[in-house]
Amino acid sequence: MFAYIMRRLAVAIPTLLLLIVFSFVLMHMAPGGPFTQERALPPQVIANLNAKYGLDQPLWRQIASYLWGIVANFDFGPSFVYPDRTVNQLIAAGFPVTLTYGTLSFIAAVVVGVGLGVVAAIWHNGFLDYLAVGISIGAQVLPNFVMAPILVLVFTLWYRMLPGGGWSFEDPSYWIMPVIALGTSYMASIARITRSSMLEVLGSNHIRTARAKGMPEHRVILRHALKPALLPVISYLGPVFVSMITGSVVIDVYFSTGGIGKAFVDSALNRDYAVMMGVTILVGALTILFNLVVDILYAWIDPKIRY
Amino acid sequence: MVIEERKMQSLAARLSQDEVRGRSPWADARKRFVRNKAAMAGLIILILVGLFALLGEYVAAWSNDELDFTVMGQVAQMGMPSLQNGHYFGTDDLGRDLFARTVQGTQISLMVGIVGAAIAVVVGTLYGATAGYVGGRTDQFMMRAVDILMSIPYMFVLILLLVMFGRSMSMLFLGIGLISWLDMSRIVRGQTLSLKNREFIEAARAIGVPAWKIVLRHVVPNLLGVVAVYATLLVPLMILTESFISFLGLGVQEPLTSWGALISEGAGTMNYGTLWQLAFPLFFFVITLFGFFFVGDGLRDALDPKDR
Amino acid sequence: MMKLFTTTALLAALAMPALAVQPAEGEKLAQNQTYTYWLLDAIKSLDPAKNTDVEGSDVLRSLFEGLMNEDAKGAMIPGVAESFEESDDKLTYTFRLRDAKWSNGDPVTAGDFVYAWRRVVDPETASEYAWFMELMNIVNATEIVKGEKSPEELGVKAIDDKTLEVTLTTPTPYFIKTLSHATTYPVPQKVIEAEGDSWTQPGKLVGNGAFVLESHNLGVDITLKKNPDYWDAENVLMETVKGVTVNDNNVALTRYQAGELDRVQIPAGQYPRLKQEYPDQATSIPYACSYAYIYNVSEKGPEALKDVRVRKALSLAINRDIIVDNVLQGGQRPATTWTHWAIEGFEQPETELATLSQQEKTAKAKELLAEAGYGPDNPLNLTLQYNTDESHKKLAIAVQQFWKPLGVNVTLNNVEWKVHTDRLQNQDFDVARYAWCGDYNEASTFLDWFRTDGYNSGKWSNAEYDKLMADSKTAEDTTPLYKRAEEILAEEVPAAFVYHYAKVDMISPRIKGLPTENVLNTWYAKDLYRLAD
Repeated sequence: MFAYIMRRLAVAIPTLLLLIVFSFVLMHMAPGGPFTQERALPPQVIANLNAKYGLDQPLWRQIASYLWGIVANFDFGPSFVYPDRTVNQLIAAGFPVTLTYGTLSFIAAVVVGVGLGVVAAIWHNGFLDYLAVGISIGAQVLPNFVMAPILVLVFTLWYRMLPGGGWSFEDPSYWIMPVIALGTSYMASIARITRSSMLEVLGSNHIRTARAKGMPEHRVILRHALKPALLPVISYLGPVFVSMITGSVVIDVYFSTGGIGKAFVDSALNRDYAVMMGVTILVGALTILFNLVVDILYAWIDPKIRY
Repeated sequence: MVIEERKMQSLAARLSQDEVRGRSPWADARKRFVRNKAAMAGLIILILVGLFALLGEYVAAWSNDELDFTVMGQVAQMGMPSLQNGHYFGTDDLGRDLFARTVQGTQISLMVGIVGAAIAVVVGTLYGATAGYVGGRTDQFMMRAVDILMSIPYMFVLILLLVMFGRSMSMLFLGIGLISWLDMSRIVRGQTLSLKNREFIEAARAIGVPAWKIVLRHVVPNLLGVVAVYATLLVPLMILTESFISFLGLGVQEPLTSWGALISEGAGTMNYGTLWQLAFPLFFFVITLFGFFFVGDGLRDALDPKDR
Repeated sequence: MMKLFTTTALLAALAMPALAVQPAEGEKLAQNQTYTYWLLDAIKSLDPAKNTDVEGSDVLRSLFEGLMNEDAKGAMIPGVAESFEESDDKLTYTFRLRDAKWSNGDPVTAGDFVYAWRRVVDPETASEYAWFMELMNIVNATEIVKGEKSPEELGVKAIDDKTLEVTLTTPTPYFIKTLSHATTYPVPQKVIEAEGDSWTQPGKLVGNGAFVLESHNLGVDITLKKNPDYWDAENVLMETVKGVTVNDNNVALTRYQAGELDRVQIPAGQYPRLKQEYPDQATSIPYACSYAYIYNVSEKGPEALKDVRVRKALSLAINRDIIVDNVLQGGQRPATTWTHWAIEGFEQPETELATLSQQEKTAKAKELLAEAGYGPDNPLNLTLQYNTDESHKKLAIAVQQFWKPLGVNVTLNNVEWKVHTDRLQNQDFDVARYAWCGDYNEASTFLDWFRTDGYNSGKWSNAEYDKLMADSKTAEDTTPLYKRAEEILAEEVPAAFVYHYAKVDMISPRIKGLPTENVLNTWYAKDLYRLAD
């Protein structure tokens, strides 16, 4: 197990490097730069801006000094578009927000999704089953950029129950709509996986044995069926994480939470190289880490898997 | 959105147990599929939507980029769906016929979904089959590469690509297709590994058939079941991705449109008394995705009846 | 020798009390004097030297104060400068500063202005608005920006702590009007030297304006609180100003209706409906920006556009009434000139665009195109480029349809903002959407754009036009010169002018003091107050 983890971490470093270099090069190839303005800047000002941000260096040098800044000082450099702030500050402001509502959405999605899936499996082919499946597919296909404005309309304008946007770490009323908008489609997928996996487990031999032994149904489910049924759900969690980060753009736009998803898209559109790289690296590193954790969890639960 | 790996693997395992002997497994599968009500319903929906996309433009009274100046400016009152002025689905904010635009959006979205899935399938299958068949170091290396690529947040790369190369249809196809071949390659590789040691493959090797021919002629056809199911489940994913890209403003160029673009526009004007602008594209979007899900699930259940 | 007239006029203005807006008879003030307004996007910078957009300027206007302010109609009134004198040759201005303090207690001195202005032109600062100082025609500004001279040589001097002297290279009729712009605000030297780039963070930022910065969550909201040390604090009624960022205009409107915002822009096309439902909240006031489609007449441009008949035909065929009445529906006006119709002192010349009916214009357009050799049997193919935005898209689609019956096939090219500006600056376009907002209330702020060495992305050039603009700098009466300049633009058609902007907002009826007659829309939070429910 330990060797496995080490191997995975060893692969992680070249992955990150690849990601960094690739994004860097791609970004610099896009037309327009961070200082392309409506009014063409005088050449001296452009020269100074370029010098200040190191853009006049050859590309490989820029990458090298950038990487060195990260490794030596954990400094991602100044933002090109927000001259008052550094990338570290921007990420420190935005990331906790995304992480908070992302985690909450995630937990909500897992809890509700697993619940729905188990219910559907137990009352298989009954009304509850069809209802649960219908709800989950329906929730999955409704894009969150349709759901978000509907939520604001309903909860802020019609019923005046929740604030229409903004963010507060203390006040939960700011969390509710983002969590609903973000978590619903994942809740749906999780429900579907849980249901089919649960069905498979419920039909297996050891469950039949437990029932034959006269064990009460609820214990059969909770003690024997649930754990193996959850395995596929766990392996799904990795991709969920990445999707949530990208899906959070919609949340940031409609609910003005100031999260990291919008920061990334904006930085791509504004050619803010530093912020783009910073966010890409952050998300890339987290993805790798998350996938590793998920794989370990999976291996721990399922004794058949050996690394 | 998920295509459950375990179920795919189980399907792959089952399919590799039997060789393709005559028609009987396929005939069985077809019978099971037909009996699955949800799957048949999905199939019918898809056929109908397909017909809508193909023939809709002949039914439309307006073209998809013509502005109706009598409606423009008073869309909430004049732009409602009506049979008289030919705007069956109503008009958008500029007075363009929503029926024609929905037809055209359906064409684009379906195309993106299908082409994207096709690219994913072709690339993923060839890659996975090759890795699985060749085995050894090459296989390790190829799969490592897949692992690495899977950790890259693809959406970021896609946005970068679109920003970089500008917004063209081919870039859209390429970008979307390249996202999803990774999973496919893994599954295909798994199945190839088990197929590899079957007698008919060994026989072919003994005769001296070159490796690439074996892969193409003998391995790939046996993968068709898995691939078909996966592809069907991939199309809705592609369509969802495309709708997100349109929401960001990076999708297809005017005057072309897609479901994502139409829905995005419609969602914006939701509260202004023009609900049809959202309702019609959303309706087609939702039922098509439903259709693909049901058909995909049905196919899988038909080919691997152990699960229900 | 001093110009007696100017001084007297100023003294007369000074005789009036400090001009903070007072509540009218019978108006009852609310308990909590807060104003919450809508921001489309995050504010890029709170450093006056580095700010580049309108939203930033709006906030800076509350945090700092320049030499002059604007009143409700856009006329210049004293700010930090109590009075000024203009020399006979109009090249030297001497300002007397009032007693005012920074929010950290330090007195505001002429040296602060000198430091600030030098900082703007200093290439080290890399300010993207350094050109504004060049626009003001301050001595040596251009050379310093180019790096040929050092910032100390800028034509601005502190005679003593309360006297500031500015020297210009050429007489500039609009000079005083530039002094309310955020780029000219003073900055606290001590704080900047101590804190560096992060001096604009809440808790560190020191300003001389009516408000101080309490909090700033980038991309979420920004909160300002009344500054008790402001020299006119007793006349400032507003206590808290909050800017809330909502990236989607439609959601912002929903939140306004829910009572979370006091002011929001009305999404395109919704004004007539909202005006009917909420007549006291939906407002439309002229705003000094003009929208046009620029033709690329440079070497890189298409051959067809080099023919003035083609350019004129395309411009005539645009049905501006439909655009204004059916697409935009916000009280905008069709543009027959480049300069905004509401700019002070501007007189519009009589042009075909203004006098003919649309039918006549379209007929003439077809004629001209046919003369030039194009028509439905020999179609003209052009690309129309615009940056990503709902309204731009709608207009581009409409224009495409206007040009179709003439036999012009338009390919729409929607690119994002950076690509759009990049292409404009490199003349990589056929026809491109463009808008220009005035920096000060005088026609030259628009007309300078089309000078041969102006921003002029289409690279049009006309010697008479250049001479007119050069003469207008020193002329006694600029009106006929500007009129003639617009006539040239109408004859040569370097661009198709489409419409003049209006600011279309929903404003809560409880907020008073927002200007309705200032074409530059410069609003001061210190002039606002809130009525009780």
